Amino acid sequence: MRSWLASPRTGGLAALAAVIALLPLGLVNNYFYEVAILVGLNAIVCVGLNLLIGYAGQISLGHAGFFGLGAYGSAILSARFGWPPLAALIAATLTVALLAHVIGRPILRLRGHYLAMATLGMGVILSIVAATEDHWTGGPDGMSVPPFTLFGTSLSGEGAWYSVVGALLVAAVWLSLNLIESPTGRALRALSGSEVAAEVSGIDSARQKLMVFVISAVFASVAGSLTAHYSGFITPSKLSFFHSIELVTMVVFGGMASTYGAVVGAAVLTTLPQLLTVFKDYEMVVFGAIMMGTMIFMPKGLVPSLGRLAGTAVGALRGGKGVR
Amino acid sequence: MSLLRTEMLSKEFGGVSAVDSVSFEIPPGVVYSIIGPNGAGKTTLLNLLTGIYAPSGGRIFLRGEDLTGCPPHEFAQAGVARTFQNLQVFFNMSALENVMVGRYLRERCSLATALLRTPGRARAERACREEAAELMRFVGLADWLGARAEAMPYGALKRLEIARALATQPRMLLLDEPAAGLNPAEMHEIGELIGRLSSRGHTVVLVEHNMRLVMGISDHVLVLDYGRRLAEGTAEEVRRDRRVIEAYLGSAAGSDGKARNAGARAH
Repeated sequence: MRSWLASPRTGGLAALAAVIALLPLGLVNNYFYEVAILVGLNAIVCVGLNLLIGYAGQISLGHAGFFGLGAYGSAILSARFGWPPLAALIAATLTVALLAHVIGRPILRLRGHYLAMATLGMGVILSIVAATEDHWTGGPDGMSVPPFTLFGTSLSGEGAWYSVVGALLVAAVWLSLNLIESPTGRALRALSGSEVAAEVSGIDSARQKLMVFVISAVFASVAGSLTAHYSGFITPSKLSFFHSIELVTMVVFGGMASTYGAVVGAAVLTTLPQLLTVFKDYEMVVFGAIMMGTMIFMPKGLVPSLGRLAGTAVGALRGGKGVR
Repeated sequence: MSLLRTEMLSKEFGGVSAVDSVSFEIPPGVVYSIIGPNGAGKTTLLNLLTGIYAPSGGRIFLRGEDLTGCPPHEFAQAGVARTFQNLQVFFNMSALENVMVGRYLRERCSLATALLRTPGRARAERACREEAAELMRFVGLADWLGARAEAMPYGALKRLEIARALATQPRMLLLDEPAAGLNPAEMHEIGELIGRLSSRGHTVVLVEHNMRLVMGISDHVLVLDYGRRLAEGTAEEVRRDRRVIEAYLGSAAGSDGKARNAGARAH
């Protein structure tokens, strides 16, 4: 029983589900719900992005591109072609997966700064396309998106959205935790530990990197589609470089190579700008400062640092053995 | 049939030959040592034999299969495993997980079963964990089963790499200077471990500086100098070979060939 509770895959997931189930008690009005839903949607993106950045050690500065592509894919197919939103979401997701596969193949050969530059370029191109192809996307003014419907009933009301996004977030975390504790997940972590050792252990690094790149793009795309339907309106800012940086900051702040860290990072950094509306003009400055502070004071990120601290404390209580 | 065969294997870096037309055969089940002075091309040869470098010329066959130019993971698939002179440990994982990575090729696992963690996958995961633990005990790391890799001392990490390499169930195990940086007691234990591997039927290719270790356990020794094959034979034959003595061991066969050679090279 104790090990069941201590395991991130079972105890942690139960804790997350409990938080999501109990949170509505504190959500006194629609605005709170709205923030909570945005937290959930961003957290789904971050859980996927953390697989790529945190576990596999590959950077992407263009993930807002996949998020936005999912959003615009859903928006265009449902608004301009009258597709059912679910079909639009699936089609957009498959398109993004295919695109990530095609783009990922050449650029994932690059490492470090070069990979960062290439993904940044990819994001910038997608954002320019969204801003200029105005007969499809509405250009910089954005476009409106019809509400999400599922088998004829439309998903409306903050409570309904909250439940759906909450369930999806639990599912995303579950998938991520499962993956990490599998041969594939260990292969990804091995890549960030030592690529040459991973290769000589039989891991096809190019294939694994591509796979996790596509998975993380799919997470972003699904969250993007839902965000578009939920907010009912979408602008190219969703694909912007700044949004990519926001996503990376959430992952890094919450804790790289920590699935729950990604969720916490998304929660804190989605909520923070809402609390600091006075600093609206300085949002990017605040994010930059948080990124710098994280790198300097807790390079492992919030959740792993707290976990380590707790481990040390428990070790001290148990007779000063500490954590090995 | 030989397990591994090379034909005129060469590697150049910017016109300088690190390995020059080296041909040899390794029969299965032996401890085969590759020795030579610093800069003789031993590690380059090991990198060629594991696909980390693509050869500039020549061919590599494993059990008759031509692996020339294949990437490292295909060498691993064909049954080649190795350790590294400068440790290449996954410090972001636990010791046990490091060894479990070695089981990668032996675990049949689709992306869908990994994501959904099917009951079969969960069972396979437990079995994998148990086998990795067994290998850690075999290499003498029973005390470190619950440790994080970053918390382990150097000597233990060297064994951890051996356990990880063994987890791939290799046909051929290449050890790149397993005794480097170890104290005499640890070195003795590594020698003993290699002996146990050999008696289990593993083919071990050993690149090592320490003459006492090499001479004690090798069935066959290949001597490289300036990237070329200088001599080969049993440990005893190599020890008596005058060219080897001149190039490497100095005037008398000793355990500190490195230092003597450094002097010899200065002439």
